[in-house]
Amino acid sequence: MSKVYNRIESITGNVITLKATDVKYNELAEINTRFGKSLAQVIKIDGDVISLQIFAGGKGVSTGDEVRFLGHEMQVSFSEDLLGRIFNGSGEPRDNGPALTENMTPIGGPSVNPTKRILANRMMRTNIPMIDMFNTLVVSQKLPIFSISGEPYNELLARIAMQAEADVILLGGMGLKYDDFLYFKDTLSKGGALSKTVMFIHTASDPTVECMMIPDMTLAVAEQFALQNKDVLVLLTDMTNFADAMKEIAITQEQVPSNRGYPGDLYSQLAARYEKAVDFDDSGSVTVLAVTTMPGDDVTHPVPDNTGYITEGQYYLKGGRIEPFGSLSRLKQNVNSKTRKDHRALMDAMIRIYSSYKETLEKKNMGFSMSRWDEKLLKYGELFENKLMDLSVNLTLEQALDLGWEILADCFERDETGIKSELTDEFWPKQ
Amino acid sequence: MTENVGKVVSINGNLVSVEFSGNVSMNEICYVMVDKTQLKSEVIRIRGNVAQIQVYEMTGGIKHGDEVRFTGEMLSAQLGPGLLGQIYDGLQNPLPLLAEQAGWFLERGIYAESLDSEKKWEFTPTAKVGDTLRAGEYFATVPEGPFTHKIFIPFNLLGKYTIKSIAEKGEYTVNETVAVVTDERGKEFPLSMSFKWPVKRAVSCYSERLAPVETMETKVRLIDSFFPVAKGGTYCIPGPFGAGKTVLQHATSKYADVDIVIIAACGERAGEVVETLTEFPELIDPKTGGSLMERTIIICNTSSMPVASREASVYTSVTLAEYYRQMGLNVLLLADSTSRWAQALREMSGRLEEIPGEEAFPAYLESYIAAFYERAGYVRLPDGSHGSVTIGGTVSPAGGNFEEPVTQATLKVVGAFHGLSRERSDARKYPAIDPLISWSKYNCVIDSKKSEFCKSILFEGDEIGSMMKVVGEEGTSIEDYITYLKADMLDAVYLQQNSFDLIEANCGTARQRYVIDKLVYVLGSNYSAKDKDDAHSFFNRMRQKFIDWNYTEFGSDEFKNIEAEIDAIHREGNGELTEKARLLLKGGE
Repeated sequence: MSKVYNRIESITGNVITLKATDVKYNELAEINTRFGKSLAQVIKIDGDVISLQIFAGGKGVSTGDEVRFLGHEMQVSFSEDLLGRIFNGSGEPRDNGPALTENMTPIGGPSVNPTKRILANRMMRTNIPMIDMFNTLVVSQKLPIFSISGEPYNELLARIAMQAEADVILLGGMGLKYDDFLYFKDTLSKGGALSKTVMFIHTASDPTVECMMIPDMTLAVAEQFALQNKDVLVLLTDMTNFADAMKEIAITQEQVPSNRGYPGDLYSQLAARYEKAVDFDDSGSVTVLAVTTMPGDDVTHPVPDNTGYITEGQYYLKGGRIEPFGSLSRLKQNVNSKTRKDHRALMDAMIRIYSSYKETLEKKNMGFSMSRWDEKLLKYGELFENKLMDLSVNLTLEQALDLGWEILADCFERDETGIKSELTDEFWPKQ
Repeated sequence: MTENVGKVVSINGNLVSVEFSGNVSMNEICYVMVDKTQLKSEVIRIRGNVAQIQVYEMTGGIKHGDEVRFTGEMLSAQLGPGLLGQIYDGLQNPLPLLAEQAGWFLERGIYAESLDSEKKWEFTPTAKVGDTLRAGEYFATVPEGPFTHKIFIPFNLLGKYTIKSIAEKGEYTVNETVAVVTDERGKEFPLSMSFKWPVKRAVSCYSERLAPVETMETKVRLIDSFFPVAKGGTYCIPGPFGAGKTVLQHATSKYADVDIVIIAACGERAGEVVETLTEFPELIDPKTGGSLMERTIIICNTSSMPVASREASVYTSVTLAEYYRQMGLNVLLLADSTSRWAQALREMSGRLEEIPGEEAFPAYLESYIAAFYERAGYVRLPDGSHGSVTIGGTVSPAGGNFEEPVTQATLKVVGAFHGLSRERSDARKYPAIDPLISWSKYNCVIDSKKSEFCKSILFEGDEIGSMMKVVGEEGTSIEDYITYLKADMLDAVYLQQNSFDLIEANCGTARQRYVIDKLVYVLGSNYSAKDKDDAHSFFNRMRQKFIDWNYTEFGSDEFKNIEAEIDAIHREGNGELTEKARLLLKGGE
């Protein structure tokens, strides 16, 4: 017997206020406008004045529209039936399938008790050497892909979705171009991965408020699958659009901005989403890979910056390659001692020498003459970039490691590599 | 006491306004009653008959008119035996107990006892009836793991107290009355083994605060030899993300030469806490022979847990540190990261609509940070023994730029600065503490002249390096080039340290002193190199030997063999000790 209100007091942007009693904080309401029904959420209560945020946006809302409170917070249906389906930010189907209403689960739930987590210690193979060998992805890790508009980050995500060892894939799209949405749909269905995928998609032309719901919907479903003993991989693109949606809404609500207009709780908001990545101690896991585009390729921009502090490393996608500098998987130590004993030392040495190569390249570009050591570095750099860094390279970890030793032996003497002798004795290729 | 009850009038995020009628005090704890659960909150502003409270939980579901119960108490920590080895959230709820009650998730409104009320402790009285004691003096002890846990007259009892009765030696729980004391007016106070202390107030029951002079070994060469930290001192580790702040803190928490380590995981990743939880019970503390967990307390309020209790977690941790200091122990508090705490202050400040300061941080940021670090210190206790609280805080500056308010406010009050650089971490030079910008006001474990000598090589090497970028290698003299190579080698073999190798990571003072002598010997020599390529390959060989040397057990046969090889390479290069280095080494003997 929910009461219907039909006197809206104010409308600012996507936020309306009205007078009502017995309303709960964060409760959902349904508003009936001339363009159809939309959900709205209580975002502030001041005495009997209730502020609501309308998912479909404030455009065309009239002061006489009907508002009905639903008595519960935002929730999403969860069952095996979700697999292969596509939804929008309000949880309504985007494909031609039926709406799902059974087994409704609240979204944005509490965080996992740290004592119920286990140490991330399983490698997730992708057969991309720059990931597997240099910055291993680990089950339950949360990693952003830092990139710039125009880079093939969605292609990379799609490739990971197809190749990664995961039981269920969840794709959350925020502010996606419609073309990109179609690209994901086509690639995954051609590769046969669609049947293990659930998509929550907000395209650039959909209302802003729905964009904000995407990560929570996606992660709530992921968490439920994980509790059913599944290894879930969540792919989010693009988190910068999510942060911008928060900014837009915070500003229209006249919150004090902290840095470049973003709200002061940007860190906490992002963390609440990323921290859903988990390996449960006797159940499944959630691994999160999220694209974060950096406006102006600036890593100190508040969104990538705050993200970097939350996530367990990052992949830099630049010039169509995953850059070895700046890219980092913090959890790789947990797994790369168990892969092959030369893995860690070889990976460190190759990156260290590649860094010297970059310095030499700079010197060369400035026109300095090259010493014998410099020439060696130049040869190495080129081999490294072509044989390992290129995104099209598709090798297992073991193949990539062997190739690494070959490249080193091709360019250097053993004691020039700084690898401890015990390892070079065993792995240095015999001429 | 009459129950003081208010009603919710407005809700905005985790800031709730409450109308009340009785008396309410600032920072008082109250509970919002929602659907059979109660949400812990703290009063942070009072205006007329409206109190604004920050709720330590998610606020969804609260309604206008919901009841709020005030407790009359400030946010307090429960102090007593049984704190060691615990894993608490920011409000001192033991997380394993919450997991038993609520399962996978941290459901709101569930709180648990901080200390096990069932467990019995072996109580030994040390005072007798008629003794007069003050707050912070102890009247009994219980064994807690490897330590003797002292039972104090509660810190909040002012004046002198006479013991009227005291329990016999035997086993008691923390809540049983073990003594009755009377104050000067004859009023009686029953005492148990535990008591509460408001976390936002510093414990000051010591006789005197002294200057921190003794170095706290961290076993990290770069820190102990060049940028040391003293017991009772403070230091900060600012650095961009991915520069290795947490790895460094983690290594310190394992190897630091202190009695007790308190890890405050404040607004950081849950995974890192799990790492500590998995690893520490397995590791042996060389000092006590027990597991490392027995000397550790973890206060964990990870980034997705409610923001308001993130702020509380920092204070809870330092209170526990002060409590153990009172027993004459050396305590190290590692706060990771203080920036998240500062951000929690910023979020609340924004909701309170205070006038924002720089980058929207509140104007009182600096004084809060200063007050926190000032709770560290080396003190003389009433019984004449000494104890210390050392605070090491990481700072996560936005964009890795140290010119931001939290870093700057912190630098003003700490005694050592370990600045991490993106350049060094990108080149995998760990720990990524930048020797060119870091500083310390404490005493290093090696002869400070040798420390200066090595630092001067680093500075020269850096200068030559940047010059070489302009004029190229061919424009650089061979002497300069060799200095550059020396700096590069010093960096590679001494400053960089593999924290994942057991022997490498645990480099004690004796070894540091020994190795630095060898380095002064090698770096303080002139060599006859034909050309730059020759010099380059000479130092490559030398470097390789030193790296292998670092991985050998100190004093083992292998250690001696490699040392002999180093000497051999030195001879092959016609190494000739300079006068300066000779004097240095002589002075060191």
